[in-house]
Amino acid sequence: MHELLPAHQRKWRETAGAATAIGAMVSLYAQESRHLCFQRPTPQGSQAQDKEYVGFAALPNQLHRKSVKKGFDFTLMVAGESGLGKSTLINSLFLTNLYEDRQVPEASARLTQTLTIERQGVEIEEGGIKVKLTLVDTPGFGDSVDCSDCWLPVVRFIEEQFEQYLRDESGLNRKNIQDTRVHCCLYFISPFGRGLRPLDVAFLRAVHEKVNIIPVIGKADALMPKETQALKQKIRDQLREEEINIYQFPDCDSDEDEDFKRQDAEMKESIPFAVVGSCEVVRDDGPRPVRGRRYSWGTVEVENPHHCDFLNLRRMLVQTHLQDLKEVTHDLLYEGYRARCLQSLARPGARDRASRSKLSRQSATEIPLPMLPLAETEKLIREKDEELRRMQEMLEKMQAQMQQNHAQGEQSDAL
Amino acid sequence: ASLFLSPMDPLRQPPSPCSPRPSSPRTPSCEMLGYVGIEAVLDQLKIKAMKMGFEFNIMVVGQSGLGKSTMVNTLFKSKMWKSTLPGLGVPTPKTLQLQSVTHVIEEKGVKLKLTVTDTPGFGDQINNDKCWDPILGYINEQYERYLQEEILITRQRHIPDTRVHCCVYFVPPTGHCSLRPLDIEFLQRLCQTVNVVPVIARADSLTIEEREAFRRRIQHNLRTHCIEVYPQKCFDEDVNDRILNSKIRERIPFAVVGADREHLVNGRCVLGRKTKWGIIEVENMAHCEFPLLRDLLIRTHLQDLKDITHNIHYENYRVFRLNKSHVLPRGPGWVNLAPGPAPSPASPQATPRTMKVCRWTQDNSDDEC
Repeated sequence: MHELLPAHQRKWRETAGAATAIGAMVSLYAQESRHLCFQRPTPQGSQAQDKEYVGFAALPNQLHRKSVKKGFDFTLMVAGESGLGKSTLINSLFLTNLYEDRQVPEASARLTQTLTIERQGVEIEEGGIKVKLTLVDTPGFGDSVDCSDCWLPVVRFIEEQFEQYLRDESGLNRKNIQDTRVHCCLYFISPFGRGLRPLDVAFLRAVHEKVNIIPVIGKADALMPKETQALKQKIRDQLREEEINIYQFPDCDSDEDEDFKRQDAEMKESIPFAVVGSCEVVRDDGPRPVRGRRYSWGTVEVENPHHCDFLNLRRMLVQTHLQDLKEVTHDLLYEGYRARCLQSLARPGARDRASRSKLSRQSATEIPLPMLPLAETEKLIREKDEELRRMQEMLEKMQAQMQQNHAQGEQSDAL
Repeated sequence: ASLFLSPMDPLRQPPSPCSPRPSSPRTPSCEMLGYVGIEAVLDQLKIKAMKMGFEFNIMVVGQSGLGKSTMVNTLFKSKMWKSTLPGLGVPTPKTLQLQSVTHVIEEKGVKLKLTVTDTPGFGDQINNDKCWDPILGYINEQYERYLQEEILITRQRHIPDTRVHCCVYFVPPTGHCSLRPLDIEFLQRLCQTVNVVPVIARADSLTIEEREAFRRRIQHNLRTHCIEVYPQKCFDEDVNDRILNSKIRERIPFAVVGADREHLVNGRCVLGRKTKWGIIEVENMAHCEFPLLRDLLIRTHLQDLKDITHNIHYENYRVFRLNKSHVLPRGPGWVNLAPGPAPSPASPQATPRTMKVCRWTQDNSDDEC
């Protein structure tokens, strides 16, 4: 697929062993167009083929060119306790130094600090494709002695982005809507725990219906292979027990080749990903220098699939499923939010048709979007509905019974 | 020689409340005219000690999964606890519970009665406020138990010593961060009551440089918050002690790795963790600092830990309790203590400082007499 792209310069830092990361987003178009059996329109075809060839097989090409011009934007949130290697992993994933001059606060400062949300944007270009990547960090999560409700600011933040988009979408000028919704949340789980901690469960429960969650085990080089397997299994079991919906990979189509299917199955098996991050290059006496962590007993190679799942994560996040993450955010999560929001608005004016049409036209720009108590009003409304339904059923039953009695009474009279 | 002085040793001087250590009286040394055989006293002590055996009580504190049970197994080279893989063990309890296990281990004729107290559930909840209270309560309860035995008229020849001699605190290897607020709160409170040895747990996730940086940060944090961990600077007796202990203080907290499985490395059978990129040998100083921890706790400073617990921490507790109750001794020569804290390890215990003082009213004193 690379022959489609003219050779552009790669603008970012060349580190040895850096595979084509974002540049391989091209391959996601490869997947989409697989179904269309896209082939370059070649002049040498048989006459019969030329006659039937309409030419819309070149559509992906056009889509491709348009997107390249427009560029992509992606918002990624990282969450988890401090010291799990979040910033190192982000730097390794995108080969940037986003956290270069970060100041780690002293413990005394953290005693009174509450959770803050930090947003950082960076433009990455590779192979002529521009990506505007926004990183949302949550420093201070899980740091204090009492972490009750420390996830509320995060939930609020995610909902605010939905709110903003809803407002923009319902507005009059929709030309340049900025999509600041969080497309994916990488949640870091500690490798030292025995699975998910109570804080992890509470956080995941609070955000799983609002953002795509990809659980990740940070600093996975602390674990032996057996321990990694056991921990992954435990986490999967816990997620199922607690009914937390993490991001589900779409199944591959049946006409994919075996290799791809195997890769896909392998990737799904290794959730949660056990990752190791590093921005340092280790020059061993091996064939080429690799990115890794050097210990006195050996070197962990970040891009070695036997050592950790970093490659899987990068492939999944950047190369194959980036667009899907955005789509799920838009089609599923955002629509869910929007439906909840508008339903609770539409309720009070449901009977009055006239007012409803007024609602859609005029007041579109001034919809007072309700805040968090959405869930509560929804619940109340549903309860009232249930009651009404029950009462109606009872009424019907009584009526039926009365009719029966009446009929029986007539019969006995007749007799 | 100090290795063989047990706490009930008749040669030991009763300490005065003001001095931190029992100081030997200064006697002028006289010239020896021939061989007398005084040094045979050491043999006598040794024989007595071996007959009686030693006691050592250690407590391990830290979040679940930091390798506490494995570390204990590695230290004493025996299966004190069953160390488990994640997911296969007992689920972590919802509240902090203390579990004690006692074993008698023997080596070269020397018996050691070892009691290990584990604290599962520490720091695992969402709200960890006051999670150190049960631990403090347990420690004070052991002091109380010893105190009650000590103030009896007819005392036992050898009071069973259940006091915690050493508390090993496991710090999670976050690397670049400083100590967490929970660590600081806990250490501040506990260092006043018991000997605390902090260690960097699961240090195989840190490179050598990261370990050094982390260690420096922790030392800086401890200094800023005036936390005195073992070996405490103010209890150094003489110059030799100070030199030895300074060396140790430089390296505290030790970066340790625990393992209870053996692997073959270069023909030797070693305890270690086998990963795809190498084998981490627990007893190899180039890999981790476990030998330093083992030497500190067992080979060189075990008796010192017990001495400091008895002479300083226990004495502090005793003085505090006596001050809280009636100051002057009443009756025929023993002290009436105010009722101590109720011995229930499960309920969160108050520290001695917040214990209720029982005021002696006129009626009470009449009853007692």
